[in-house]
Formats: sequence, structure tokens, C-alpha cells
Amino acid sequence: MSATDRESTFPLAMEGREALVAASREGRPLTPTERAIAQVEALTPQEAAERTISNEMLADRRPGSREPLIINLGPNHPSTHGVLRLIVELDGEIVRDLTPVVGYLHTGIEKQCENKTWWQAITCVTRMDYLAPFANIHAYTMAVETLLDMDIPPRAEWIRVLLSELNRLASHLVFLGTSGLEMGAMSVFFYCYRERDEVLDLFEMVSGERMNHLYFQVGGCAEDLPEGFLERLTRLLAQMPGRIDEYEALLTANPIWIDRLKGIGVIPAEQLLGLGITGPTLRAAGVPFDLRKSQPYSGYEYFQFDVPTEIAGDSYARYLVRVREMRESVKIMQQVIDGLPGGPVQSDDRKVVLPPHEELAYSMEALIHHFKLVTEGFMVPEGEAYATVESPRGEMGCYVVSDGGPKPYRVHMRDPSFVNLQALRPLAKGGYLADLIAIIATLDPVMGGVDR
Amino acid sequence: MPGAVVEEHTHAGELTVEVRTDRILEAVRALKDGATQFSRLSGVTCADFPDEPSRFRLAYHLHSLQSGRRVRLRIWAGGLDPEVDSVTSVWPGAEWQEREVYDQFGVRFRGNPDLCRILNPLDWDGHPLRRDYPIGGEAVEFTDAV
Repeated sequence: MSATDRESTFPLAMEGREALVAASREGRPLTPTERAIAQVEALTPQEAAERTISNEMLADRRPGSREPLIINLGPNHPSTHGVLRLIVELDGEIVRDLTPVVGYLHTGIEKQCENKTWWQAITCVTRMDYLAPFANIHAYTMAVETLLDMDIPPRAEWIRVLLSELNRLASHLVFLGTSGLEMGAMSVFFYCYRERDEVLDLFEMVSGERMNHLYFQVGGCAEDLPEGFLERLTRLLAQMPGRIDEYEALLTANPIWIDRLKGIGVIPAEQLLGLGITGPTLRAAGVPFDLRKSQPYSGYEYFQFDVPTEIAGDSYARYLVRVREMRESVKIMQQVIDGLPGGPVQSDDRKVVLPPHEELAYSMEALIHHFKLVTEGFMVPEGEAYATVESPRGEMGCYVVSDGGPKPYRVHMRDPSFVNLQALRPLAKGGYLADLIAIIATLDPVMGGVDR
Repeated sequence: MPGAVVEEHTHAGELTVEVRTDRILEAVRALKDGATQFSRLSGVTCADFPDEPSRFRLAYHLHSLQSGRRVRLRIWAGGLDPEVDSVTSVWPGAEWQEREVYDQFGVRFRGNPDLCRILNPLDWDGHPLRRDYPIGGEAVEFTDAV
């Protein structure tokens, strides 16, 4: 069927037609999401022009008899944090209902992982939540290490903590900068990105990449920290408390910022728990749930830090929680630098971890191990495992299933952005359209993680 | 829950409880409201085993905020039109994750209020995460004009 045939048989735009096809194929009525998509796509420009209500008709109408205005926000919209599409039903400026439509960034990463070796799959998982790549790999490597029953050297664990916290700092800086931008506070964006750039430089020193790092490996870290890294990080950490004061000076007591965020987007903590919400959004509603405290992994139990909580549960509380988390992250990193243990950064299990490069020159055995690992990959015992870490956005879970072979049988990532985005509808319903933007900003979804 | 549990084992430090497919709703209610207090659903996911009698193995990861413990509930679904009970009546947050399983594996959830595709296009053919779904299986239509 050519494109013109399609248009003549179905006077619907592409996605409206898709909804009808899906429902008729299974012989069921349209679901709420499909109905919303079909509704917003149903009118061609010509139909819309014919149906435009004249001024006389408007004057004739009694108050309260208004029809809702359905608008399509996104998938390309500067304020929706990537390719998030929202079908919003408006009564004046009040959001009567809204339907999030996701999937525009779906790249089938979980399917890709099944066709890579355990080792290569890291390349895929790091690209999901692109603002928290270290959290992605951390969850994945922890799940694989659980199946392998592997012990990680303490130095590797501490480096993992260090980079996870640095990642949390960078991610919250992006949150703060872009949220400011969306609320019209332009300058805070430049302040935040100045420091974020410094953090990305540090990431580049460690892994060679500014984003999508491959630094954490099954069995430890790929390499030791490079020379000069800790000195440069120490300089940044010394500056950070003052810099965070700067952001707070711009925002915390700013009347416009307070007006835009205070009391916006509140639902009870009970409901948030039922929706599976985790991370700063849940903590801002008074639930001190943080996996770093409740289920310490990678040695988080050795560090002194607080879990910031607020009780208001509104957008302003979510902002405050994230700012205070940045301060806590700085504290944790300082403790890591002060007490970083020596020793290897990789497990010495030669069936899993690549041999040191210099050994290849004189050891036949190392050469064989290297060859086997690179060509075939390592075997993981049959079974399943679920590992969770506290990513900047909440509980990042990784479920892996192994059939005993060199490739994962199944990799599933429970991405906090995906689950948290479900709260958008209850949070934004009944509020103003402008508040919807504030709520998206403070929920802080990353569409790469949502769609995977 | 007499008769609901099929198997129970601990592997790699994680507790897995396999229950009968038709008792899943009863099982999660009991675990949530009972003394175990598994109040939070962390995730719903699925894996495909085409050679098994029932090919889809669903995993529900439950978490207790009080004790920090986790448990994995497992059920199998199979047949031409695999269908299991939805847990959205217990945790509304399961909605999108069940939609994802439906989208990627074709397992239907009885009682999910909005069971349509979520990540793939709405009229997508097939369920990509099934093991027999080919990788790179989409034909690209090139036009003559470059």
C-alpha cells in the first residue's frame, strides 16, 4: 500500500491509524492511551479548519459547557527533557487529563545485550540512562558478579563509590541547570554546566570518554585511576561547597523560583510508594528510602553521610533534596580520597578478567586466557540475579538470566526514570499547564533510560 | 497459601519462590499485607524459554521497606495467547512494566487498565524480546533518490 492509498482510506495521521490497527488486530477496544493518541491525531488540517468554532458559537455557549482543548506537547519540545510526548487535555489553562507517550528513543538495548558477550553488553547498558552511565554499569556488573560469586578488591569498590558519587553530582547539576532553564532562570544553567564540564573532564581522564563510559568491568575497574586525577578531583571538591552556595543564592530564596515550585505537584507518600517511585522524589515526600543506607553495596557502609529528606513532597522539596544530596556526595567523595586503599583494581580470576597487558609478553598462559576472553568471552553459571543500586534518579535494578554460556540469556534494566514517569499524571492533573513543566523538570526523567 | 507454592530455592543469595500462575494475585496480596511486609514492587519482568512447556517466565521483584529484604516471585505463562493476572490492583505502578512485558513478549495481563504497546510503535508486528524474534529483522525501504 503506497502512502497516498493509505491517506485516502484512512483520513488519519500516522499514529492515530497505528492505534486503530493494533486494536483491530487483537479485536479489542482502544485502551486509554491508544484512544488519546487516536484522538489527537484524528484531525487532518482540513478537518480541523472545518470544525473551527466561529465567534458566534462561542458567545452562545454557557459557562461550564466548554469542550476540552487537546494539545500535543512533544515529542520534540524544549521543556520535556528529551523526546517525551504528552497528550494534554486542557480546560483553559487547567490540565484536566494527560497521557504520557514514550518509546521514541527505544533502541532495543535489552535485545542487543542478548547477542553480545557478557563483557560487550556493558557497551549497551551504559548508553541507557545517559546522565548516569556509571549507575547503569554498576547495577549490571553487580548482577553478573552475583552470579559468578566473585569478590571485588576493596580499591575497586571504593573507586566505584567515588565515580558513582561524582556521577550523581554531574547528574544533579544537569537537573538543576536544565530545570532553571525551563523555569526561565537562565544564568543558573551556565553556573551548573561550568562545574559539570569539570566533572566530565575528570570522567575523560579516568575512562577516555566524557559520556557512556566502559570503566567498570565485571571483576573490578578497567584500570587504576590515572596520575593527577585525585589532585584535580580534590581541587574540584574544595570548590564545590562554595559553588553549591552560589546556586542556592540564585534560587533557594528567589521569589519567582519559590512561586513556580512551592506547593506544585504533591501526592501522598503512600501513593508514591504504590506507584513504585524511588529516589529524590520519594525522599522529598518524607520517606528516607535510599539503597546506599538500607542495603549498602560496594562498601557504602563505611562512609558517613546523611540521606536528605523533606516532608512537603512538592517540586520545591524535590529541588532542596537534590541540592543537599550534592553536598552529601561531596562529603562521600572526600572520605573516599582520604581513605582510598591500595592494591589491585581488578579481581585476579583469570577466567573472567583480562590478564595485565605486560604479562602477555612472557606468559603463554596469559596469552591463552586473553585470547579466550576476547574471542569467546567468559562463562557465567546458570541462574538469575537482581542487583540494585541507588542511581541519581532512584532504584536502578538489573535482572540478568544466564544459561551458562558466554552471552546473557536475558538482561532487563529496571530504570528509575521509566517507573517514576508514571507519577506525572497524578502529579499534574488538576494543575496549570505551566506547572506541568515544573513537575517534569523536578521528576527529572531521562528519556534514554525510559525507552532503553 | 496452601498449594500455591510450587518451588522455593535460594541461589546466589537471592530467595526465589515459584507460585502457581493462577495464584499470583493471592500470593502478592499475602506477601504485601502479611507479616513479611513486602510493601514495594521493585519490578516486573519476563524471560522467554521457547523449549519449556510454558515458555514465558515472569519475575516479580518484591522489596520490604521495613526489613530491606527482597524476594523474587516466579510464574510461568504459556500457550498461544499467554495471559496472567495483573497486579495493578495491588500496586498501580506495575502498569507500565506490565505493558512493557506485553509489548516485548506478548504476555497479556488480565485487569491492566491500559494494556497496549509502550516502547514499540503501536501497530508493531511481533514481540521483539522473544527468543525467536530475529535481530536486525526489519527490511529498510530505500528509494531511488539518494
